[in-house]
Order: sequence, then C-alpha cells, then structure tokens
Amino acid sequence: MKEEFNIISNLIEENTRVLDVGCGNGDLMKFLQENKTKDIRGLEISKEKVQNCLSKGLTVIEGNAESDLKQFPKSSFDYVILSQTLQAFLNPELVINELLKVGKKVIVTIPNFGYWRVRLQLLFKGTMPVTENLPHEWYNTPNLHMCTIKDFYNFCSNKNIKIYKSIALKKSRISEINKSNLNYKNLDSHLGIFLIES
Amino acid sequence: MNKNIDTKKIIISNPLKLDCGKEINNFPIAYETYGKLNNEKSNAILVFHALTGDQYVSGKNPITNKDGWWSYVVGENKPIDTNKFFVICANVMGGCMGSYGPSTINESTGKQIGTDFPIITINDMVNAQYELVKYLEIEKLFAVVGGSMGGMQVLQFVANFPDKAKLAIPIACTSSHSAQNIAFNELGRQAIMADSKWENGFYSNYKLNPDKGLAVARMAAHITYLSEKGLQEKFGRKLQDRDSLRYGFEADFQIESYLRYQGSVFVDRFDANSYLYITRAMDYFDLSKQYKGNLSDAFKKTKTKFFVISFTSDWLYPTSENREIVIALNSIGADVGFVEIESDKGHDSFLLDVPSFLKTLGDYINSTYKIINERRI
Repeated sequence: MKEEFNIISNLIEENTRVLDVGCGNGDLMKFLQENKTKDIRGLEISKEKVQNCLSKGLTVIEGNAESDLKQFPKSSFDYVILSQTLQAFLNPELVINELLKVGKKVIVTIPNFGYWRVRLQLLFKGTMPVTENLPHEWYNTPNLHMCTIKDFYNFCSNKNIKIYKSIALKKSRISEINKSNLNYKNLDSHLGIFLIES
Repeated sequence: MNKNIDTKKIIISNPLKLDCGKEINNFPIAYETYGKLNNEKSNAILVFHALTGDQYVSGKNPITNKDGWWSYVVGENKPIDTNKFFVICANVMGGCMGSYGPSTINESTGKQIGTDFPIITINDMVNAQYELVKYLEIEKLFAVVGGSMGGMQVLQFVANFPDKAKLAIPIACTSSHSAQNIAFNELGRQAIMADSKWENGFYSNYKLNPDKGLAVARMAAHITYLSEKGLQEKFGRKLQDRDSLRYGFEADFQIESYLRYQGSVFVDRFDANSYLYITRAMDYFDLSKQYKGNLSDAFKKTKTKFFVISFTSDWLYPTSENREIVIALNSIGADVGFVEIESDKGHDSFLLDVPSFLKTLGDYINSTYKIINERRI
C-alpha cells in the first residue's frame, strides 16, 4: 500500500486539485493531503467508508463513479486517481472515459492478473487465483473485470489514450514499463500504475 | 406563544426591506446562546431551526420544560460541543417565541398583529438573523447548521453572505420546495383556516384560538416526518388501552392516540398564524429561481465548505433533492462532502438519536475545526 501511495504521490505536482475515485477509508487522501496538496476530494460508494472519511474531516461524496462523475465539470481536477478499483466496475471503459473528462490527467492502478503467481494458480491448481493482493474467492469477489498490465497498456493504445508514465511494482521494487519490457513486466509485477491523458 | 417569557431579544433598528416589498424596522429578534465565544471569535456556530422549532436548541426549554429541540446534537460533550463552540440560535421571523411575528403586539393598537403581519420569506428570515450576528460582533462564523427549513436557511445564508461562514451544513433539506411539500403545507393551512375560531387570523382579539385546526395541521405534518416502516414497527395495528375495537370513532389504534397527543401538545406551544406564515415562507423558497434558474450561481461567490446530509427514509426532503444541492456545488468546483445516512426514522431523523448521524456530524465538525485552525496558524 505504502509503496503505491508513494508512487502516486510522486506522479502528482504540488498544490494541485485532486479527486480520488473509490477513496475507501481515505488513507490515500490523507497521505496526499500531508505530502502534496490540501485540495483533494473523494468519491466513494460505501456509506460506512464515506462516514469514516468525513469523520476525519475529508471532503468526500457518497456516490457511484459510473453515474456520479458526470456532475463534475470537464477538466475540473488536475489529477483524478482510480486506485485498484477499475476492475470492480460494471463498465470500466465508460468509467475511464468519464475520468479522462473530469481530470486533466488520470492515474489508474491495476492489480495485475498477469502476475506469474496469479497465472500459476490457474495453471497448476486449476482454480481461480486467490492472492494477498486479490484475496477474494470467485463467488464473492467484487472484481468483475480483471485485467493485466498488458491488457491495460493495449487498451490505452487502441483507444488513443496517451500514457505519460507506466510503472510496475513488485513487492517494493519499482520499475518503468515500456514497449520492449511489457511482456516481462506483465509477468513479474503485482501492480501496474499508469499516468494517462486523453 | 409570546407568553411573558424572559427571552433574550434584540431590537433591530436598521430598516429591512422584505421580499413582499414592505419595509420594516425596530422589530425584535429573540435568541439564545450556549457556550462561550473565544477571544479570536472563531468558534461561533449559528444554528437555524425548522418550522416548529425555536431558539431553545439545548438544555431545558423554559416554555415547554422539555429538552431543547436539538439536545442530541448541541450541548456539553455533544456532537456540537458547547464546551468548545459558541452556539447561537434565533427564533425565526414569523415565529412565536419572541421574534417579530403575527403574535407580536402592535403597540399602537395594543392588539396582536395577526394576519396584518406581512408575508415573509426564508430570505427575510436569514437577513434578520444576520443582524443578530452583527450585533454579537462576529466577523465570521465558524459554521452555519440546520435541518429541514433550517437547512434552507443555511443555503440562503451562504448565498446572501458568501464570506460570513467557513462551513455550511444543510441537513435533510431542499433548494426549492416541491409540489408535494407545498401540498402538505396547504393541507395544514386549510385545516387552520377552516377552524371557525380562526377569525381570519384575528382570533386573539376575541380571546379565541383555532386549536382544533392547528392540531389537525400538526397531525398531518407529523405523518410526513416519519417513515412507513417506522410507523409500522412502532405502532402496527396495536390498540390503545383496549383489547378489542369499540366500533366507534374514538382512538382505537395507538397511532391515532399518538397523533392526537402530538396535536394537543403542539397547540399549547405554537401560534396558528405563525404556522401559516412559516409554512408559506417554506413554500416560497426556490433558491435557484432567485438566481435565474441556476442554483450553482447562488454559491459562485463563496469559498465556504459544505457538508450535505440526507436520510434514506426521508420522503419529505428525499436524498434526490439533497443531491441536487451537491451537484450544483460540484458543478462550480465548490468544496462539498455528502452522505446519505441509513435510518428508518424518516425526515425526523435529524432530530433523533441516530448514532451514525450524530457521530459523523460531530467528528466532521470537530476535525474540520481543527484543520481550519491549524491552517490559520
């Protein structure tokens, strides 16, 4: 978690306007507030988590990214963050499009389904993968649309979404993803972090 | 009802132009305060009351001898902690607890003003209360807070005085009264005016009181403050002090008895004409219309932080209407938080013991106070 927060924080310029979509209990918001910018908002679907955030004095709105991002004007945030949430939406493509409208830049992080530990479970055990990073069973997972680093990379190039920066994380090891190491990073990273722009 | 109560009062001498066109001056606004204003004058919270509320937010209400209407929220060690905050609440204009209203005595005639009282609006109420803030020499309030009609006043206050509050918390309210809201208010008004003792509003001249009509108005309104589920769980078809139906029109059912009781205690503390005037003010409330149909424009000039709260079972001021306020604020990039609290207690949830509401509200106010103070340093 901490590593991911650091990477996200390093992608953000100081004193900019940030929206954290699917902000959970506000841990990332709090981290960014202390390190980067005071001007940060959150959107979260769970009432309980929204109440936790508000209790900490964070500005969070209860809502659903699939229907409630529309209320924000175009380019009203310098950065919109979607941390490990894309796979939980009914329509991830629609959400990405909405994020790109609302934010001048968008940071998306993805639990990588192409990570070798994930692949091995399906290959050898023949069961849906359950890992530290993907702890749910197939019957109770909120993750409807899992994808790999390579899937998201290809999605961006197919949809003409500009990738500013793409970073792979394995445990606490950070590396850049590029066209030539894509297959390797896709196999050897548990998390992908992308800074994109429409 | 303007009984000889020892209310704190100021007389506002500045002329105030009302929305109806009439100008008034030298009129009283009754108020109460709780806690102490700090040296920096940075801990003041102005609370706005709802339709039948008054200035007695906390502690014992000297008129009813019951707890103040927002005792769950305001008081020592409560979500709005009076050990820490200086809480101000005024009786609204049009009310009957000492502020300028239809039961105020006209000094030239020695009689109550009655329906010669001008039609007032939420805007008029807020402008009058701002005079109180000036009188208390508070340059900037920490927060303006209120539920229901109190929430409408919060919205109007920020629109009128964009730099006079750091934080605004409108709860269970709307930016414009819906047809359903107006319909229920009209029902209440008709009940009062149909009472033969109303005498076109001059009942006090005849030592009368349209208490039957006012009680019916209160009973009808009270239903709208609850939820179907809440009513069913609390009362169901339970009978009142009897084992079987009486085959008559007495209060066989507990719910009937409960509503009759609510009606009867209400008439002891509330003035029928005030009920007419204040419900009218609510019906006339349409903030977006004041800004040529664009609600966002009401908040364009403000840097005030907003926190909007609604309740799942509130069908009088439903979440959708509270969300419209959030959307209007978001569309201009205002600083707004929002949550819909789970509760079966209907619109009345904001007045009752709803733990997740009380906790979220209290924590939010306290952390925001801390954050804002730290920033200043």
